[in-house]
Amino acid sequence: MESIRDLKQLDLLAGGSTALHRLDPRAKVLVTAIFIVLVISFGRYELAALLPFMIFPIVMVVLANLPPLFIIQKILLVTPFVILIGIFNPLFDREIVIQLGALGISGGWISFTSILVRSALTVGAAFILIATTGFTAVCQALEQMGMPQVFAVQLLFLYRYIFVLNEEGSRASKARELRSCGRNNLSLGSYTSLVGHLLLRTWQRAERIHMSMLARGFVGRFHARRQSRFGRTELWFVLGWVTLFLLLRFINIPQRLGSLLTGVSV
Amino acid sequence: MSHHIVEVTNLRHIYADGTVALQGVSFRIHHGESVAIIGANGAGKSTLLQHLNGYLEATSGDIRIGDTPLSKTTLPDIRRTVGMVFQNPDDQLFMPTVFDDVAFGPLNLGLTGEHLEKRVADTLEQVGAGHLSDKPPYHLSGGEKKRVAIATVLAMSPDILVMDEPTSGLDPFARRQLMDLLGKFHHTKIFTSHDLDMVLALCERTIILHDGMIMADGATEEIFRNEQLLAAGRLEKPFSMQGCPICGGRLNL
Repeated sequence: MESIRDLKQLDLLAGGSTALHRLDPRAKVLVTAIFIVLVISFGRYELAALLPFMIFPIVMVVLANLPPLFIIQKILLVTPFVILIGIFNPLFDREIVIQLGALGISGGWISFTSILVRSALTVGAAFILIATTGFTAVCQALEQMGMPQVFAVQLLFLYRYIFVLNEEGSRASKARELRSCGRNNLSLGSYTSLVGHLLLRTWQRAERIHMSMLARGFVGRFHARRQSRFGRTELWFVLGWVTLFLLLRFINIPQRLGSLLTGVSV
Repeated sequence: MSHHIVEVTNLRHIYADGTVALQGVSFRIHHGESVAIIGANGAGKSTLLQHLNGYLEATSGDIRIGDTPLSKTTLPDIRRTVGMVFQNPDDQLFMPTVFDDVAFGPLNLGLTGEHLEKRVADTLEQVGAGHLSDKPPYHLSGGEKKRVAIATVLAMSPDILVMDEPTSGLDPFARRQLMDLLGKFHHTKIFTSHDLDMVLALCERTIILHDGMIMADGATEEIFRNEQLLAAGRLEKPFSMQGCPICGGRLNL
């Protein structure tokens, strides 16, 4: 329930009016997608090379005037799942790869940290995309870039009605709680019944929505209204970021910097 | 001939589960009339409304809008003529922003570009919701949702407005605002409602439905004076026609 409210807040942030907000959504979707692909493409033991990629979320947050704490909170929300995925790495992969004095760091710990950093980067980038663009515009951009309209419409409906469904669900669950006299164990029976009712109600609502669409001349096609322009600013935005990402991907800057300072060539 | 006439003859509807919802309903509503269809829960009001723009198919009987009989071929035209506002605005506002929602109907009618923008802006202005244009529907209050829902229908410039429970769920101020708005429309209007004071203020004619049949059809004031009739239909006088419980005063009608 909490996360749905967050969604609303992300959406409100998208109403901002910085230059970044005004940029054609396609440019932002494209840059974010390339960013995510490149961050994921690193080998499992790479950690240092990932760090310079943080420049992208940081610059975006500053330019778009987003509240950094809010974004960090959202990223932390996903972290438990990521920890669950990576937690076995240190257990199975005990080969020491770095020796810092008496402390030996195993490959498992490095790959685990690498997973954490990568998830923070990619999830952060996705949140920033929504907060600067808005869910609707992201869907429209995807459609303009070739995603079938059916999927775009599905996503939009999902997003529109997730709030209504959330309200309905929490009302039903509150009603159950109030009548369970303090015994808060949700039995399987009452749970299935609750979810079943929610499904049936959703079904009925879908019928009413369809009815209201038909009443307004719907014949199976959604018309696009927005004319966005992929202009020179967008081109520079995409080219600039992608060039930087490629540089960061293929030139290990921390390592270069290290060897420059210590005079040891790799 | 005018498009603004609604004629229903001997309309019967039996649901798939065997429930008889309407059993032989007939009436004729003229150009510019404002008519309330009232009755107990389950009397058949919503079923009747859903026939008027062809969402439900009659088991038997005829519906004519203007000179056009309602049938599969005339359905698109009839749906443009009869604007339907649903009871729950959440069912009606499904697009990402208020603008998109109001534009949905006109786009389906083939409007584009400046014409579309102007149509949407004018309609939103008409219902006093111009400032909401870029908001997503889930950020609106109940009263705002209702007015925007009406705008989505008005934007198709219908000749007949059909509204299911227009004032339900609104606070007194929003209700008054909505009633003022509806009073300004020159369309042929058909409402269902339990808000009998609204009916008294807005509708010169009232039809009482009871068990799927028309129990009374006549001038609103006359019907509301007939206490026996109202009681038989599980209704009662509007509050404004009842004596004041504090001072005992009575409105002179």
